Amino acid sequence: MLGATLSSGWFLENAWLIPLIPAIGFVFIILFGKKMPQNGSEIGIVSIGISLAISIGATFQWIDRVNSASGGSDYASGGFFGAFRAIFPTAADGGYGASFVEPVVRSWTWWQSGGLEFGLGQHIDGLAIMLLLLVTFISFLVQIYSTEYVSGDRRYTHFFASLTLFSAGMLVMVLAENMLQLILGWEIMGLCSFMLIGHWWEEEANSRAALKAFFTVRVGDVGLLVGTAIIFFGANDWAVEHGSNGFSIRGISAWALSGEASQSVLFWGGVALFIASIGKSGQFPLHTWLPDAMAGPTPVSSLLHSSTMVVAGVFLVARLYPVFFVGFDILDTTVNFITIIGGITIIVAAALAFVQDDIKKVLAYSTVSQLGYMMLGLGVGAWLPAVFHIFTHAFFKCALFLGAGSISHSGSHHSFDMKKDMGGLAKKMPITAATWMVSTAALCGIPFFSGFFSKDEIIDNASHNGYQFFYYVALVGAFMTPAYMTRATYLTFFGKPRGAAAGEHHDEGHDDAHGAAHADHDDHHDDAHDDHGAHDDHGAHHGPHESPWRITAPLIVLSILAIGSGYLNAPAFGTHYFTDWVEPVGVEVALDDEYGHSSGEEESAGIVFAAVQAGDEEYDGKAKGCGFADPSEGTVCYAPKLSHAVFSWSKAMPSIILVFAGILFSAWVCMGIYGDRRNPFAGLTSKFAPARWIHTLLVNKYYLDHLYEKVIVFAFAHPIARAAYWVNQNILDAIVNNVGRGGRRTGEWVYRNVDQRVVDGAVNASGLAASEGGHALQPVQSGKVNQYGALLFGAATVGAIVLILVNI
Amino acid sequence: MSSMLAADVNVAQNVGFYIIAAIMVFGALRVVSGRNVVHTALWLVVVLGGVAAQYLLAAAEFVAISQVMVYIGAVMVLFLFGIMLTRATIGEESDLNNKNWSIGIPVSLLLAGTLVWVIVDQYRGEVLASPDEPMSTTAISDVFLREGLVPFLALSFVLLAAAIGAIVLARKD
Amino acid sequence: MYAVNFLILAAVLFSIGVFGVIARRNAVMVLMSIELILNSVNLNLIAFAMMNNSPEGHVFALYVIAVAAAEVGVGLAMVLMIYRNRRSIALDELSVMKG
Repeated sequence: MLGATLSSGWFLENAWLIPLIPAIGFVFIILFGKKMPQNGSEIGIVSIGISLAISIGATFQWIDRVNSASGGSDYASGGFFGAFRAIFPTAADGGYGASFVEPVVRSWTWWQSGGLEFGLGQHIDGLAIMLLLLVTFISFLVQIYSTEYVSGDRRYTHFFASLTLFSAGMLVMVLAENMLQLILGWEIMGLCSFMLIGHWWEEEANSRAALKAFFTVRVGDVGLLVGTAIIFFGANDWAVEHGSNGFSIRGISAWALSGEASQSVLFWGGVALFIASIGKSGQFPLHTWLPDAMAGPTPVSSLLHSSTMVVAGVFLVARLYPVFFVGFDILDTTVNFITIIGGITIIVAAALAFVQDDIKKVLAYSTVSQLGYMMLGLGVGAWLPAVFHIFTHAFFKCALFLGAGSISHSGSHHSFDMKKDMGGLAKKMPITAATWMVSTAALCGIPFFSGFFSKDEIIDNASHNGYQFFYYVALVGAFMTPAYMTRATYLTFFGKPRGAAAGEHHDEGHDDAHGAAHADHDDHHDDAHDDHGAHDDHGAHHGPHESPWRITAPLIVLSILAIGSGYLNAPAFGTHYFTDWVEPVGVEVALDDEYGHSSGEEESAGIVFAAVQAGDEEYDGKAKGCGFADPSEGTVCYAPKLSHAVFSWSKAMPSIILVFAGILFSAWVCMGIYGDRRNPFAGLTSKFAPARWIHTLLVNKYYLDHLYEKVIVFAFAHPIARAAYWVNQNILDAIVNNVGRGGRRTGEWVYRNVDQRVVDGAVNASGLAASEGGHALQPVQSGKVNQYGALLFGAATVGAIVLILVNI
Repeated sequence: MSSMLAADVNVAQNVGFYIIAAIMVFGALRVVSGRNVVHTALWLVVVLGGVAAQYLLAAAEFVAISQVMVYIGAVMVLFLFGIMLTRATIGEESDLNNKNWSIGIPVSLLLAGTLVWVIVDQYRGEVLASPDEPMSTTAISDVFLREGLVPFLALSFVLLAAAIGAIVLARKD
Repeated sequence: MYAVNFLILAAVLFSIGVFGVIARRNAVMVLMSIELILNSVNLNLIAFAMMNNSPEGHVFALYVIAVAAAEVGVGLAMVLMIYRNRRSIALDELSVMKG
């Protein structure tokens, strides 16, 4: 294994082009977009498409590189197809990543000031490759989808410009070689999310949601700046000594694991950085912006919630994992900051999802809850399952959001209200419904769908690493997820069509609600709620219908991936490609004597070393290794050595049982709450194959009761029927309704008390304190500038005197 | 007297300093106490010119020239324009001060006392070596365009923003 | 030359400027007092540069001069605008910010 040369390639070396091309595309859209035949959307799609092509190339070359490290055979010059041939046999034989794979790091000096050098560059490892592929792929699909969804919009060109820059921002962050570049991408995303959420800013609620998202995330961003500063001052000396600097991600990682880092610096740096993640990833105290961000166009929600923005926080933790690993002492405790926040988020967000009527809000809370899983995974030391969950979650959540968009676009007349305007859509929109079902199954973690393989690994590893309490928390979440998703599915696709879904969108209240929007729309071709641009076209054939191909094609692709992506790392089937390709191997790496300067056009990118691996053959997960003992002389560690729980079906059983219990329970309750006013003949469930096994015996029995109630009682008023009706109403319904109501009340209670009272209360209380303090100080505020000046200088002088006296 | 002077103190330089300093302090007092707005502006010219002269004594030629050009050439002209455009009375005005201007006296005396005490406490007896030759403009520009490049660019933006801001604010519309 | 010379002169000028800021009613005169304060800071910077025989102090003094120029430009524009709106630049009449 010594001296095995790592293969590389053009795509890997030039991965920095991936964010650059959309950034250039953004400039072109802004400058020339309006003059283009497609109003600029083609520039966006082409630029993201090129990035996608480069990402795919880089992915193959990365896999090739991993194989060349572990296999040491002749894959080095395999090129594109060689890589393809090499992928599958080698990865399966090689076992868990046996050897260290050096990331492809390049860096150029951006600017320097006062002896500090600030670089821009690329840091391509498995994590970066995974997200590059994911982001470009999802962005590409979302852009295609958007050409239909927002067609005819007033700010169509600007929409695509923001969307493209948004993707570029995420890609910059993913590629980041150092913390400053990461912050750059992070802030670009923050700005673009503001522009996109407030895309229809004419409606005040939208612009307020955009502001809320922006400011809430900014609160967390303070943490990012503070954390970067803390880490920099802690790491810089050590890193410079080892040929890197305190901003470089490699330098920071190596420093955190070197054993020379101060525990408290790591802890407080980790806390500050995690606060940034809380803001960006919508974790518990700062999650409130995410559901409001649904005010944006649906493709934006989809992109925001699947692969970009909210994943950025998780990515930050995953990227600087050594800092958190050592700072929070992850494998030696049973509770830490990350797991607490992640655990609370899972439960709180899932409970909130039960009481939402807006389909996008259900999905938003679901995203929050799933992000909680990712954080929990990182917190319990399950780095790989958490990252894998990012991967699988992106596909099925994107499919769900796009599905919701498809429903509103073609099924419910631009409404997202499940109770008023949906129901029974499964028959009208078969493709949307089928893709939705598949994605929901993946989200719920039903076996053989992708979500199962990632989520179950997180749950399993929580127990494996000693976080027993959070194991149960995650199990409760595994029960709640299918429950609320079943409710949403039921309301949307089954039961009797209501409101717009029944084709009545041009009369009664709905029209009143949107009357103003319509008038507005006629005046300046504008959209107040959702896109009405294409509305006049399809308004001709009323009622719900399937969406056009530009919407369904991305849905189908994504739902296939919602099943397939899980098999990249399905321990139940013995596959661990994802582990091999993505997980950084926690072994000691020998430093090159000449670190610092590999000549040539590129500047030194940080710690440069020979691709030689120091001795450390055993990898059984228990031996001393990186993150547990200080690296030996002349070596550094870049990643902690993590062990993986061994999968077994018996260990997976509790969560599988809970998932099905959640589905059945929720279906039963939904029938009770939402079904009792409905025509029993609308029992689409029994005709609709994929859902039939969800709605079992109980469902059919309940429909029989309803048939009984409506037809027989009303028609014949038979005494026996009356008695049966009484039993039905007073006993069966009471049970059903009370159970349902109890669940609903719990959700509402959490929403009202925890979310509204505790969180908002804290905000209000601080406001009140400031207000009262202000009143007390009111006389000082005379409004006279001179008096302010006197106070300012007087106070400064007194302060100076105090300082002098103290220091004497 | 001579015992207090360190060996390398240049007496002529000190004498020049004290004369200019006395004029400056007097001018500054007139600036903050004068009753005629235009006169105070002219006294300010004296103070700023004195500052430039002190720079020359401190071997800071480039800064001294900049001081003359920017302050006396540009800033003072702006001030005079400002005085004219706001129709200040030519001649004495009685209400140039606030009603409770007197709180300025204790504050500024306290401030001056503190500062002087700290300075004397720290630097008593320390002698500044008279440089052989003035600080070269090359050295200053080296700092400007190397380590100080980013602040320099930032400053350019500040000036640009100030120019635009001043136009926007003062425009009549 | 003694180091205290420059520093004490700067301190005195600074205090006089502070007095002007507090006492003056006319906005233009307050701006002039601020110029006094800025110049006293510059004197300090030059004195310290001389003490260390390094060009950095000069560079900072030049920064301050540039910022002061910008400040006067914007400040006088504001004064003009206030004058246009209120026909007066007396600062004690401008108490809209009163709490």
